[in-house]
Amino acid sequence: MSNDVSNWQQKFLTQLQSMTVPVEVSGLPNMARWQISADYWQAFAEQAVQQSLRWVAGWAEQQDSQFFINAVFEKQGQYLLLRTTVPADKAELPSQAGVYPAANRSERHTQDMFGVQFSGHPDNRRWLRHKAWKKHEYPLRKEFAIDNECAEVAEPDLDYQFVKARGSGVYEIPVGPVHAGIIEPGHFRFQAVGETILNLEERFGYVHKGIEKTAEDKTPEQLLRLAGRVSGDSTVAHSWAACQAMEQAAGVTIPLRAAFLRGILLERERIANHLGDIGAICNDVGFAFAQMQFSRLRELWLRSHGKIFGHRLLMDCIVPGGVRFTLNEAVCESMQQEIVKLRKELDEILPALDLNSSLEDRLYTAGYLSEKTAAAFGAVGFVGRASGQDFDVRRDSPCAPYDQISFLVALEHQGDVASRLWIRVKESFSALKLLRRMLTQLPEGEEKGIWKTPPEHSEGVGIIEGWRGEIFTYVRFAKANKIARFYPRDPSVLNWPVLEKIVLNNIVPDFPVCNKSVNGSYSGHDL
Amino acid sequence: MLRLFAKTLKTGVVTERFKKPQDSELEQLGIKIKRRINKYFKGSLAIRAVDVGSCNGCELEIHALNNPFYDVERFGIHFVASPRHADVLLVTGPVSRHMQTALLRTYAATPDPKWVVAVGDCAVCGGEFGINYASCGAVENVIPVDVVIPGCPPTPETLIKGLLGLMK
Repeated sequence: MSNDVSNWQQKFLTQLQSMTVPVEVSGLPNMARWQISADYWQAFAEQAVQQSLRWVAGWAEQQDSQFFINAVFEKQGQYLLLRTTVPADKAELPSQAGVYPAANRSERHTQDMFGVQFSGHPDNRRWLRHKAWKKHEYPLRKEFAIDNECAEVAEPDLDYQFVKARGSGVYEIPVGPVHAGIIEPGHFRFQAVGETILNLEERFGYVHKGIEKTAEDKTPEQLLRLAGRVSGDSTVAHSWAACQAMEQAAGVTIPLRAAFLRGILLERERIANHLGDIGAICNDVGFAFAQMQFSRLRELWLRSHGKIFGHRLLMDCIVPGGVRFTLNEAVCESMQQEIVKLRKELDEILPALDLNSSLEDRLYTAGYLSEKTAAAFGAVGFVGRASGQDFDVRRDSPCAPYDQISFLVALEHQGDVASRLWIRVKESFSALKLLRRMLTQLPEGEEKGIWKTPPEHSEGVGIIEGWRGEIFTYVRFAKANKIARFYPRDPSVLNWPVLEKIVLNNIVPDFPVCNKSVNGSYSGHDL
Repeated sequence: MLRLFAKTLKTGVVTERFKKPQDSELEQLGIKIKRRINKYFKGSLAIRAVDVGSCNGCELEIHALNNPFYDVERFGIHFVASPRHADVLLVTGPVSRHMQTALLRTYAATPDPKWVVAVGDCAVCGGEFGINYASCGAVENVIPVDVVIPGCPPTPETLIKGLLGLMK
């Protein structure tokens, strides 16, 4: 395996050199870093897509009078950081979005926040920026103050150019930002004929609250509080990813016991969210039995979180270098019993779902995502895995404790709402198994290692399989233990664009269940 | 179908009892109630939840209010789909500047008499995000607030006590 892995990078490098693309090779501890000239930015993407590399994340960073532009790719669990430099006074480079649709919104994010122009971008409308700051102001540039002067009431964003559809019988449905349910704000613009959806366009940025800017100058502890609130339902995953990035930058290795305890938190978070989602998907097609049963199971699960870890959603349990709590044997034993009990309940409830014909009628074939589209958009997590994308960070690029425990990654090829429901069931089962083994194999030792102040400019990345999928976080340190740059890439960034494809040719009333089957985070996306 | 009924019967009623909270208890929880709801609403309260920038942690706990343990509908509290049907706006998150107008319009669309409940540390005081180029901070910086329920996020129990306190 490891030979194959180094092979693709070596082959790719040779190919680039044969095309006379100069590449400066260096590395972070867990990934290669290739620096190329900005002129070749797009050419690189064209080669990368041919080699079937997956686009993972993109972000920029200012250092003095230049910008670093970064993109990360992955193949066979091996990550590659691509970097180029452009001068701040002429920040322009060719776009990768024409090749990788996943890079589309990310580049628009960089365009809005840094004023970097991506030439040849297929759609360079603004994305995160509405009207709260002016057109030629760029919040993540150093000269932009975090308390930049604002209008008393920010102007609403009324002139965003949505895609139009014309023709007899075509009508438009605007939805949001304030939705009918208890959910986050965002705008959906449908074009429909009768009940059939012709097109859906998402418009986000409503919950943009300046997370990247706020992160600057924070200490590691302060950053963790913030990272734990990038998306509340993924607080463990985001905290761990941020911590892993900071620990890599600082050269801190966490004790094995701490890694296991983090693993326990992560799997518990996964189960809590899957339980909630399974019930909610059924509820969106009017099957209240499942909603009541699963919300009951979720509540019981959350109550143990509160009792054992002191927080129902597990916020702030992870600290730089380790975790903030310990588990004694009695608690481990009670958790084992809880797992057996939950498994038994699921075995009673799930057949009732499986045998219900009205549920089957609504969920099967609804919201179909083909394997081809999933691959083209780089869909991750259960959305990708329900459409044949066989990737899981825990198996393919594991950190401790996942490198010590083998497990089966659930995979489906059907790609519909039912598939995304049942893959959650399978993932919950495998998470319960993982949890049992982590509790059994929990090593003795410290819960927290010693923190070292990282050198100025040191950088690190964190890659964690949260319950939604792969989270990629980048951190760079400034002087004196302070953060210079924090970029968390939530899996929703990759999965939201896929929803626009999933709903095509479905009926408008099925949108809620299609949306719930993907369940993207607005907060994690908008930052 | 039989399995379904069997499981329902076996599960039984798990709903828990809640007493109307005393003022001292509310104080202990940090819940501040500036105005009580007009006695005409005390048996029926229509709530519109508005997220104006939350990390979605508060939404998860508000959702929990409808699970069988808390079952807030038995107190006459129900969540409605439009501010035009609402007596109360339950607002979460620091108010992002991109949601400022939406919140003002939602408030204007809610018929009088109306009450605003700020839920969670972000809505109460700005939380982790505070005031910056993209965030107005606390809800009271944008619309008048009648009740604050702090917590990051507040537990469903705290939320119920806050709402019952308002209806007392």
